[in-house]
Amino acid sequence: MKELSELNFREGLRYTDDHEWVSESGATLKIGVSDYAQDQMGDIVYVELPEVGATFEKGEEFGTLESVKAVSELYMPIGGEIVAVNEDLADAPELINEDSYTHWIIEIKPADMDELEDLHSVASYRDLLKG
Amino acid sequence: MRYLPHTDEEIRAMLDVIGRKSLEELFCSVPDHCRYEGTMDLPEPLNEWSLTDHFSELAEAMKVTHKNKVLIGAGSYHHNIPVTLGTLMARSEFLTAYTPYQPEMAQGTLQGIYEYQTLTARLLGMDVANASMYDGASALAEALLMGLRIGKKKTKVAVSAAIHPHYREVVRTYLQPTDHEVIELPVGKDGRTDVSGLAGIEGVAAVAVQSPNFFGVIEDLTTLGRVIHEAGALFITSFTEPLAYGLCKNPGECGADIVCGEGQSFGLARSFGGAALGMFACRDQFTRNMPGRLVGETTDIEGKRGFVLTLSTREQHIRREKATSNICSNQGICTLTAAMYMASLGGSGLRELARANYDRAEYFKSQLIRKGARIVFDSPTFNEFVVEFGTDFEPIYKKLLARKIVAGLELGRFYPELAGKYLFCVTETVAREVIDAVVAEVKP
Amino acid sequence: MTKTPGISGLIFEEPLLWEKGQKGRHGMSIPASDVPPAEFPAELQGAGPEFPDLSEIDVVRHYTRLSQWNYGVDSGMYPLGSCTMKYNPKINEKLAATPELAAAHPMLVDDEVQGNLQIMYELQQYLAAITGLPGVSLQPAAGAHGELTGMLVFAAYHRSRNSRRTKILIPDTAHGTNPASAALCGYKPVPIKSGANGILKVQSIAEAMDEECAGIMITNPNTLGLFETNIREIADIVHAKGGLVYGDGANMNAIMGVINAARCGIDVMHLNLHKTFSTPHGGGGPGAGPICVTAELEKFLPVPSAIKDGDIYRLNFNRPESVGRVHAFHGNFSVLIRAYCYIRTMGAENLKKASQLAVLNAAYIKEQLKGTLQLAYNRPCMHECVFSDALQAEDKITTLDIAKRLIDYGYHPPTIYFPLVVHGALMIEPTETECKDDIDQFIATMKLVVQEAKEHPELLRQAPVKAKLRRLDETQAARKPCLCG
Repeated sequence: MKELSELNFREGLRYTDDHEWVSESGATLKIGVSDYAQDQMGDIVYVELPEVGATFEKGEEFGTLESVKAVSELYMPIGGEIVAVNEDLADAPELINEDSYTHWIIEIKPADMDELEDLHSVASYRDLLKG
Repeated sequence: MRYLPHTDEEIRAMLDVIGRKSLEELFCSVPDHCRYEGTMDLPEPLNEWSLTDHFSELAEAMKVTHKNKVLIGAGSYHHNIPVTLGTLMARSEFLTAYTPYQPEMAQGTLQGIYEYQTLTARLLGMDVANASMYDGASALAEALLMGLRIGKKKTKVAVSAAIHPHYREVVRTYLQPTDHEVIELPVGKDGRTDVSGLAGIEGVAAVAVQSPNFFGVIEDLTTLGRVIHEAGALFITSFTEPLAYGLCKNPGECGADIVCGEGQSFGLARSFGGAALGMFACRDQFTRNMPGRLVGETTDIEGKRGFVLTLSTREQHIRREKATSNICSNQGICTLTAAMYMASLGGSGLRELARANYDRAEYFKSQLIRKGARIVFDSPTFNEFVVEFGTDFEPIYKKLLARKIVAGLELGRFYPELAGKYLFCVTETVAREVIDAVVAEVKP
Repeated sequence: MTKTPGISGLIFEEPLLWEKGQKGRHGMSIPASDVPPAEFPAELQGAGPEFPDLSEIDVVRHYTRLSQWNYGVDSGMYPLGSCTMKYNPKINEKLAATPELAAAHPMLVDDEVQGNLQIMYELQQYLAAITGLPGVSLQPAAGAHGELTGMLVFAAYHRSRNSRRTKILIPDTAHGTNPASAALCGYKPVPIKSGANGILKVQSIAEAMDEECAGIMITNPNTLGLFETNIREIADIVHAKGGLVYGDGANMNAIMGVINAARCGIDVMHLNLHKTFSTPHGGGGPGAGPICVTAELEKFLPVPSAIKDGDIYRLNFNRPESVGRVHAFHGNFSVLIRAYCYIRTMGAENLKKASQLAVLNAAYIKEQLKGTLQLAYNRPCMHECVFSDALQAEDKITTLDIAKRLIDYGYHPPTIYFPLVVHGALMIEPTETECKDDIDQFIATMKLVVQEAKEHPELLRQAPVKAKLRRLDETQAARKPCLCG
């Protein structure tokens, strides 16, 4: 597993305590998992995606990542409606291992964009991992 | 005691290393109030030969044995079992191995299960079969729970009244503690399930039908499947006699989504109902909702083909309370035995044997009709059927029992409306003379 | 030089069944028909499955070769923690196949099957004597099935008292089956942390137990191989709040004749006949998981059970408050016969001795290997001991590497990465049927492997090299599942 110094972070994204990231693109948000999360999981073998059109509250489970011997739940950083899911992951879950920032998982229309302010910046997320 | 290898000297030497004075002292962490007082009330030990004698007595206490002709199926069938199966399955590398958690030293079990999964999927016309469940009844209960998982917000399931009565009892047991409703679908005069009532019911996640059903009747699965799918439910089919698929259309061809049933027919002794073999298969898109173990193909680091347990994230040891089932075993020995049986019969043999069973039952039916008995359901049957006699059959049953023939199963205790009617089964093990002997006793 | 039994034996290649054979071969004789052919309705007829056609020797060689790729208790030591891989006596196999008993149809009337009913009745009595719990159901087909049946009994009990309970306490050391079984009955598991010494604290239970909890599920000895010393106090707390105590009997092999489950305050307990009572594991099953309950709960057990009525044995269906059936017939009857044989062969004293020796063997290994491997908890162990790979971390050698290297030396590895509360766990359960010489050899081998970890770590990372296959790619198997050929 990677040391803190080896982990990748991407500026401009917001992070959650549960290691999801959020990126803004106009009225919608893309959500994925951090490099730390993919590294902890090891080889990801399956991504369980929600249905487009479904709505979830903030903190609600919207899907899972699976490795050979572990399951990790994915939680909504912000409440909202699923407008798209990354279909590429269905056939190639390893994309998340390759680059967890390029390969987003879901795109949502947030119920309340202001909730974004509650999430971590790179600096505070890095502090969180430092523990 | 021959299973306990320690000599007194060895015990002393080992206790010395541990720093204990006696075997009792090893249990120093056990409080007094938890201890067993006195000695367990069990019979005195028997040596190998006295135990064998005791078993001879138990065997003698059996009024009906392998020397009888038992014309009962009803979920447990007597077929010829090639001696190779017992010989091969007695190989202790199979018998005394654990679940194949270390695949490098369990390729025998793993390839064996993979082959079983494949043959089972082909038999049932499904994409994927698991490594097996406890028995046909629990497999059906698990299939319905799986249907409810897939059906998400739907809370009802429906089962045909022509499904084995014990299976329906197990379904009720499994579904009782949760708030799911089990609807029972009636049987028509032709002995087939009547699904016409389904259209008016909302929220049915899955509908289960058995074919051949408890009465031996081959259901019109294609039509049932269409109606069930139109009602928006998953189509589950169950079975107790997989040999039928040597001749009948397989459930997959008829549109089934999940297929489950009992595999005892394939090389396993009746053995008072167990060890049994729950066969379980489904379509590709439902694989991740499946209960039970799965073996998959992969390669080792040198690129050689091998097999491993896979998709384990569905299972209890990883997902705990969110697992697809609590099951953490399969019927290993039974699984391999059934695969050996399917391999020994082959495609050609399976068809031939299924034919032999069908022909025999048809001959039996025709002879009974000739003597004035009535075949209660006029739909096609496989190797079982229900008969109504013109007179009380009980005295004839007793007379035949004295001649070592168990003449069918009286149905009153399962279906009060069928009291006095008998369910008969004949397989390839029942010679024409036996059938003729039964027919000869029937009074017009 | 440490002697080990490891060797690469005669290993043959063998294709998959359908990669061999020729259409028209027969592996089994089918009696010629002595009845006229009948017409089968065309609309119901299928093509029949695509099975390969093989001859008898094709089948025999196939499975003989497959068996040679396997390792069983008869091959060598199988110190798989929590699995009790003891010797499976041969006489049990022979007697379970007694034709008069094995041919019995499960729906024959009682009068016709007295021998089988006697076995069931007596086995119920024996298991009651062993646990101290008088009500027994033999139907559950495996340990997890027993747990489910036990949870159904919990639910039926609470329902009978008009008490609606939604949660259940489960310690963090529990097998995953416990929460999964409870969830099937609609109970939400509440995890309980074990104390710093590896056992449950009375205080934790007192804090978590309330009147919405159906009870607790406890494995004792727990999966760390430690006796839950506070079990009685815990049971008292649970009972005081109207709850029940479930005892997971997976580790019964440590305590036969030593501990009385009823006196510990346990209300329902399953036994794994394939562990404690020597029936073979069969590469995954069939097992048997009978449950034993207090007199108060007997009325909720599945139907039917065997009873004795004068000199006659009967099946009793008269249990109106029963949870119902959990199996189509009487459970895995052929497994029940084997366990019956084992108990009749052993008797009370030898069963107790078996438990004592199982604990002796584990305690001896613990003593000899502590320092070589990191001991998880330094307390008196029962029938198994748990180590970890903490001491090997500096060599970047993991539990998995140690396990795989043991394969090269002719041992089945211990249970690895369980219990979850110990990072990199190695859980060793030798059982009583291993003699001192063999245990000494295993200890020496383990020390050798640990020495190699320091001096030649690559040997461990590359292992196994002597098995039929090298390490298998489980990631590929899960990413692109190929479950059917």
